[in-house]
Amino acid sequence: MKTGSKPKTRLSDIGREIWKKRAAYAMITPYMIIFLAFTALPVVVSMVLSLTQYDVLQAPVFVGLRNYTNLFVNDEVFAIAIRNTIIFALITGVVGYSLSFFVAWAINELGKGMRAVLTFVFYAPTISGTVYTIWSIIFSGDMYGYANSLLLRLNLISSPIDWFTTDAYILPMIIIVQLWMSMGAGFLTLRAGMSSVDTQLYEAGAIDGVKNRMQELWYITIPQMAPHMMTAAVLQITAMFGNTQVSIHLAGFPSTNYAGHLMMTHMMDYSNFRLERGYACAIAVLMFLFMVGINQLVLKFLRKVGG
Amino acid sequence: MAKQMAVSTPLTENPPKVKFRRSSRIRRAKGNRKRYGDVIVFVFLALIGAFSALPLIMSVGMSLKPLNELFYYPPTILPSHPTLDNFTMLFSLMKTTWVPFERYAFNTLFITLTTTFGHIILASLAAYPLAKVKFIGRKTINTMITFSLMFVASVNDIANYLTISWLGWLDTYLAAIIPSMGASLGLFIMINYMRTIPDSLIEAARIDGCSELTTYWRIIMPMSKPAYLTVLILMFQQLWNQNNAAYVYQENLKTLPYALSQITTGGLIRQGAAQAVGVLMLLVPATVFIINQTKIIDTMATSGIKE
Repeated sequence: MKTGSKPKTRLSDIGREIWKKRAAYAMITPYMIIFLAFTALPVVVSMVLSLTQYDVLQAPVFVGLRNYTNLFVNDEVFAIAIRNTIIFALITGVVGYSLSFFVAWAINELGKGMRAVLTFVFYAPTISGTVYTIWSIIFSGDMYGYANSLLLRLNLISSPIDWFTTDAYILPMIIIVQLWMSMGAGFLTLRAGMSSVDTQLYEAGAIDGVKNRMQELWYITIPQMAPHMMTAAVLQITAMFGNTQVSIHLAGFPSTNYAGHLMMTHMMDYSNFRLERGYACAIAVLMFLFMVGINQLVLKFLRKVGG
Repeated sequence: MAKQMAVSTPLTENPPKVKFRRSSRIRRAKGNRKRYGDVIVFVFLALIGAFSALPLIMSVGMSLKPLNELFYYPPTILPSHPTLDNFTMLFSLMKTTWVPFERYAFNTLFITLTTTFGHIILASLAAYPLAKVKFIGRKTINTMITFSLMFVASVNDIANYLTISWLGWLDTYLAAIIPSMGASLGLFIMINYMRTIPDSLIEAARIDGCSELTTYWRIIMPMSKPAYLTVLILMFQQLWNQNNAAYVYQENLKTLPYALSQITTGGLIRQGAAQAVGVLMLLVPATVFIINQTKIIDTMATSGIKE
């Protein structure tokens, strides 16, 4: 394309090229309109609104970067939300991804029937909709909760623990439940990637001196699976941040002393209840940058592993 | 031919043309598999499997418990006298709702089916050119799609609310249907799957005088069946649990998860009924998943991020 095309004819070349592929453009148009209107454009709209004061009833008023300075300087709850989100993301991200990866790998060592059954067992918590509410019974604050009754009978505690209203336990509880729900589409991608590695490579590896399954995993499977590992990471990170219902349902909204407060619930608080939507948009923009940043970082890392 | 397609998987930039047979057991070189390794894999899977399955079993057990067994100490996992009381209570409570219960069920079914169907048509129509036709702007769009997987859709909620109210879609089915049709995971999966279809087939169709639309309908769609089935299932799971109460105020347009969450917020005595709801809502998507598991895994095997 670049070489040989003279500056004079280039524009008409592009026009001709587009006309030639008009069918392709027509085919992508309906989807792209919806995609742009409800996924791409809102990002820009949020950025603009984040520079305004907007309470839904009156038109937005431009306030510059005031929302951002307020967030970082005056909003103590936001500081808690950032702290909680970082802890939450770090633990659920690393542990959840490792779990998905090693479970997918271990399942792949089994026969066909067992593989199908176990894939469902690990995947089921993600499709469960509201079944996660069972955790409020497992860790209920009275002695009828499974956790408390077990600990009481083992004499490890003398009185029931209020798991979801004691500051120190709220975040760990949310993390545990989130880990339980972490084997979703990302896990399926890893599981699929594992089973699609060419078996001849394993045979060749065995001949070339791969001694055990850890070596096989490191030298053959992981390099072959880099694209799947990247997709899985993206899907898992996004799912992790999107899941606010666990925190809201189990720890309450807002949770005791904001111990289970995340950036996402902070945004919902300001957009749905306080109706300070300009401020909420500033949080949304920060969330957006935070998520994309983490994803890019992880992809960069995984590309190194794969390459 | 179609069968071979489903298992051929490009993994890296220049994929070695690799095919393996899914149906046969994975052939492994026995030499590098040691007994104690088997034990470690087994114990690991058993532990994580228990963590995954136990809450689900508790939930089912809870939904089958008669009222008095809810307060046994120590609490039991499975009921000693299983009963369907919770389910019958749920059904009788359903009769007391503000609008007929069938209406909520219809709304959920209607929204789920139209959105899923619409998304598959629009996204597959766009996926074919994005995977197989070279046109100006294709790379940019593909990057945008991958990028959009990196953030949670709910950061766009505030901006989308404005768009939806501006379009006059508040309080209509459209508010739940149209934005979800532009979801990007489905498109991403289909693009990646369609990339594995050999170019020679499309070339042959072109020589025979097929238009892009005919090629899409006659060649691409029949060969992409596992891909759109996977998208169908993932969409179905997500929409089935969707609560549209943010955009809809009329009671008779609201969905099943909303109605059920209202029924089950009735305190301790409804604990069993709440779990019955969870189990009922899980049944449909779980069945759909189990039936289509192999197709999903085959499809996800193609959805790596390739850059």
